[in-house]
Amino acid sequence: MDSALIPKGVERCPLGRFLAFIAIVGAVLLWGVVAMFLIYIKGLNQTNMNNAYGFALWIWADLAVIALGGGAFFTGLLRYIFGKAELKNIINYAVLIGFVCYSSALLILAIDVGQPLRAWFIFWHANVHSMLTEVAFCLTCYFGVLTIEYIPLILENRQIERISFFRHLAHNMHGIMAVFAATGAFLSFFHQGSLGGVSGVLYGRPFGFRSGIGIWPWTFFLYTWSAAACGPCFTILVTRITEMATRKKLVKDEVIDLLAKIAGWMLVTYIAAKIVDTVYWAAVTAPAMGFTLMDFYTNNPGSAYGLWILIAEVGLCGVLPALMLIAPSVRRNARLLFLAVLLAVLGACLNRWVMILQMQAVPVLPFERWFTYFPSWQEIATTILPVAYGIILIAFSYRYLPIFPQEAELNPLPEGGR
Amino acid sequence: MDQPKNKRYGMVIDLDKCTGCGACMVACMAENNIPFRDDDTDKLLSVSWMHVYRLSNGKPFPQAEECFLPRPCQHCEGEHGHSPCVSVCPATATDYDMHTGIVSQIYTRCFGCRYCMAACPYHVRQFNWWDPVWPEGMERALNPDVSVRMRGVVEKCSFCYSRYQTALNRAYVEGRRELAEEEYQTACAQACPAGAIVFGDLNNPRHRVHRIVQPDLAHGGRPRNPKAFRLLERLGTHPKVYYLTGRDWVRRAGDNEVQKS
Repeated sequence: MDSALIPKGVERCPLGRFLAFIAIVGAVLLWGVVAMFLIYIKGLNQTNMNNAYGFALWIWADLAVIALGGGAFFTGLLRYIFGKAELKNIINYAVLIGFVCYSSALLILAIDVGQPLRAWFIFWHANVHSMLTEVAFCLTCYFGVLTIEYIPLILENRQIERISFFRHLAHNMHGIMAVFAATGAFLSFFHQGSLGGVSGVLYGRPFGFRSGIGIWPWTFFLYTWSAAACGPCFTILVTRITEMATRKKLVKDEVIDLLAKIAGWMLVTYIAAKIVDTVYWAAVTAPAMGFTLMDFYTNNPGSAYGLWILIAEVGLCGVLPALMLIAPSVRRNARLLFLAVLLAVLGACLNRWVMILQMQAVPVLPFERWFTYFPSWQEIATTILPVAYGIILIAFSYRYLPIFPQEAELNPLPEGGR
Repeated sequence: MDQPKNKRYGMVIDLDKCTGCGACMVACMAENNIPFRDDDTDKLLSVSWMHVYRLSNGKPFPQAEECFLPRPCQHCEGEHGHSPCVSVCPATATDYDMHTGIVSQIYTRCFGCRYCMAACPYHVRQFNWWDPVWPEGMERALNPDVSVRMRGVVEKCSFCYSRYQTALNRAYVEGRRELAEEEYQTACAQACPAGAIVFGDLNNPRHRVHRIVQPDLAHGGRPRNPKAFRLLERLGTHPKVYYLTGRDWVRRAGDNEVQKS
């Protein structure tokens, strides 16, 4: 029924099955939308945040999706600026995933503020000293860049492409895409870094605070570096999941191998820098503020923030996937590669989790205790909402747009096919 | 000695005098139109600009000792007015006034991102999780000089800034530019029955608060009085709220020490 919209040379599942899938994910989306309106109408009292936990699940989700969406800027940088031509076969999907991540982040931020109608004050009354100001400006600009990068993909739909103006527009936009890739890399460097600075500049919070260069704490650079390392891992992970869901090979192994190899070396250098940062923080920065390393990891309820979390972040989800990804034998093994990129993605998420959640859980006043928090169903639903939205956008994009240039070659249609 | 033109309003709280009666909290709530709910037992969801902590030395009877520690906003100066909260607010909704040393909160500009709450190590910043609902008739008892706050914004102790404005207006009408010490006093300082809270200009050697604390202005206002200390001195927040005690364990409870743990 919708065959006229499906790209040439590829096959898609029947429309009924596709719509059934969309309906299931749409139900989850609807659940999130209900929670969102509940929050808009009744306020942030619908959450389990409190005066000690002003930042919680949403801010973590924001930081995590932006880090994982970093695959778009870094793959774009490699493809258009460093001339890694093979990556043209995955750049479309990296852009789409980045678009989903950044639009999700903006959506969550719009829910997260106490007075959403005043959200524009961040631009109008901007405080140049605030990391959040830099985040807001760069994030909004970069979302614009991602939209510009996504538009040519939409214009390449079989029916839209038939209109001469749109066909030429898409062609010309592709031609100048290097400019946007460079702009995107520049903007990403600053907003990824500023997100690192969000906790890094808090000199009243010894768990998050870091020294640095000038106005930039070390976390500024670590966040950018980790996004460049783990973002491509997320792109690979979602590509593999898409291949599993569609039961098709969509990107050639050598393309994935190249991206995984670069991500691996980025992860090696990142995790080395992270270890140095952790040692310096534990030995110098925190003691100067009256804290030992173990003050941050002991005597908390249920050991939710025990030393295990640092080991999991730096070791299991840092050093291990880094070593796995730089090993060609691991990259050639589909299962091990999947495990490596999954661990790297979890590592980035865990890093953002501790830097936001644990930072506030640690008591700073000596006569206070650890603070605990568990999100309300409204917070969970609104955090899953963008995941459902992302799945739906990816499903529609995959069905109707030529996202994967190698798909037709890798999955030749039987004789008499479209 | 020349008196500096700018003021540095600050407070000194004698913890050995404080009985924990809570009069400062009540006076603060009445003065500043602080909202409350039918069930305000969850103190992490309620708003109280002045909060009294109960500290214990952790020892069994007969060595057991307790101390009550009132905690208003510390009005940190940081380095050059970059207090932990002021520098992070993305919408400039909180400000460090160089003329008074008071950290203000602009409720109509705050859009509720709560970054300042995450930045403040003293937990003095609180969020309006609900719109204020006053018991019937109480609207008429609200302080007309202090705006009530709506849901979704952060608020905190302002050192009763409306009193400063009122006192300054009165002085201007009378042709004066300087305020006498007693002309501008916070509600908590006036309400304390034990006289444990002293408020004034730390820059003015004639003010009691200066004489008690003897601030070292060259070192972020560090107290020269050996009985005085500030909360979390090591962080470099340079608060303008000082505490007095003769008890060593109370003093040590005010900051973190590496060797302690």
